[in-house]
Amino acid sequence: MLEAIILTLELAITVTILLLIIGTPIAWWLARSKSWWKEVVGTLVSLPLVLPPTVLGFYLLLALGPNSMLGRSIAAVVGHTLPFTFAGLVVASIIYSLPFMVQPVRNAFEAIGDRPLEVASTLRASPLDCFFSVVLPLARPGLITGTILSFAHTVGEFGVVLMIGGNIPGETKVLSIAIYDYVETLEWNKAHFLAGGMLVFSFLVIFSTTTIEKRLRRRMQ
Amino acid sequence: MTGTHLPYNFHNDQSDVISARFKGPQGSFKLDAAFTLPAAGITALFGPSGCGKTSVLRCIAGLNAMKEGFFSLKGGIWQDQSRFLPAHKRPVGYVFQEASLFPHLSVKQNLVYGQKRSQPLSPSDTARLDQDDVIELLGIGPLLQRSPNKLSGGERQRVAIGRALLSCPSILLMDEPMAALDRFSKNEILPYLERLHDELKIPILYVSHDISEVERLADQMVLMQQGTVKAAGPLQSLLSNPDLSLARMPDAASVLGGTLSAMDDAFGISTIMVSGRPFYVPGVKGPIGHPIRLRIEASDVALSRHMPEGSSSILNTPSVTIETIQPFGDHMANIFLTLGEDLDRQTLIARISNKSLHALDLRTGDRLQAMIKSVSMVR
Repeated sequence: MLEAIILTLELAITVTILLLIIGTPIAWWLARSKSWWKEVVGTLVSLPLVLPPTVLGFYLLLALGPNSMLGRSIAAVVGHTLPFTFAGLVVASIIYSLPFMVQPVRNAFEAIGDRPLEVASTLRASPLDCFFSVVLPLARPGLITGTILSFAHTVGEFGVVLMIGGNIPGETKVLSIAIYDYVETLEWNKAHFLAGGMLVFSFLVIFSTTTIEKRLRRRMQ
Repeated sequence: MTGTHLPYNFHNDQSDVISARFKGPQGSFKLDAAFTLPAAGITALFGPSGCGKTSVLRCIAGLNAMKEGFFSLKGGIWQDQSRFLPAHKRPVGYVFQEASLFPHLSVKQNLVYGQKRSQPLSPSDTARLDQDDVIELLGIGPLLQRSPNKLSGGERQRVAIGRALLSCPSILLMDEPMAALDRFSKNEILPYLERLHDELKIPILYVSHDISEVERLADQMVLMQQGTVKAAGPLQSLLSNPDLSLARMPDAASVLGGTLSAMDDAFGISTIMVSGRPFYVPGVKGPIGHPIRLRIEASDVALSRHMPEGSSSILNTPSVTIETIQPFGDHMANIFLTLGEDLDRQTLIARISNKSLHALDLRTGDRLQAMIKSVSMVR
């Protein structure tokens, strides 16, 4: 049971950090670009919000498996295919949780508007300098929300994991799979313990997100 | 002077002028503005809302890029057909219309944001004010540790001006810095703007649609209308130019330059020499010898053929000569009057009824007595 908890945390932390790195530039582009196909990209990013996780998992399994070009090229580089490995779970979770990072961060970027960027440029800040010294600090509520939501969402995912990760203890057997297993094997006490823990965890996530956001917003206004 | 073909190399020596020419679509209208003016003092960009004043300022700062654009300041070219200096490489200080302090930084951090990122290009061409000077000049010492959201509108704008000054600008651009302020905050900030004028060595471009602000602050004016420059030059000559719309404003006024020569404390009256003639004005401002700017509204000036000294309660009755008579509306006329002799001449505008015009049989060249009911010291 401890193994599943640790594995889940490891997965969620890795995915959240990678999402901050990948999702922030995507959100910035979506917030600032005037390109007509930005909404196409925006929709693609948001797809995991409505797609059944099993559908997403199914396609990822095909894409990353040994029968696809992508899967074979990855195998050629790292020595094995990604499905049913921890790395495979990370890739799948990043795609699955991407909208939970990109949406709030994009909204935060859009709320900043043009003016602070113009002000920074008249004060000799290059665009990159401005991004780090003005944009990111001003978007902090959105970044925090995105981080918490991505983390929580990764902790709670089930369908995608089952499709692409399977149920390998220490490698892909995360919390939600473990609960499912305990129920299947009628180990109700253990299932209760994990499920109850998740309930408390989820409550705390939503509660802290709203309070932090509120406090930050009040300080900025 | 029209916007289309003003040669921006009109002056042989470019080393002391601002030269600007911007042409291209801009939102709902076409901007086609050009002017060349001495790079000194406060230049007001004046015109009705939506005439392109702010666009010109944004073009100068590099925030807007026009299809055709040219800008040079004291011989340094910032943009022409082949180059375009990006905004963050232009040595401007920009004060936006609304308070634009960074909310995530303290007042102090806001102030040094630009300072940390700028090196003076050539010390003589930039506002070389250190932090203490700026804090003292704008009276923002007590605010330093506060957060911008704890400041009043006027305080925020003073901090924004200070922040712009500390970025070592070669020119200060102000986009209606008082438009978003209430009258109380305006009166609080105006004296600071006047101090800037006196103490800064860099030129200031000041966008305004409020003529009283312009009359008070500006040395030169760029008059804009529907994206083009109607005229550019010294404030006084534009205000008193019969060919421009300024004299046809309901509250048209003349601005006269003078020197404070005496103060009568008993009556609270200052004597100001204007074109060799004393003007008596209520109020006391500045030391003897101080330059003073007087504003006289056209409708406060009456004319008389014969005016014996001491026969009226009106203090100021200078002799004037009629320069131009221009109809104003159906029943009124603007009379442009010359005050003083030869080189030391200034223009005064009187607005009178057509009935008086006919009764007195006024003609160009007539010598008369002006009776000025009210004079205010604006600077």
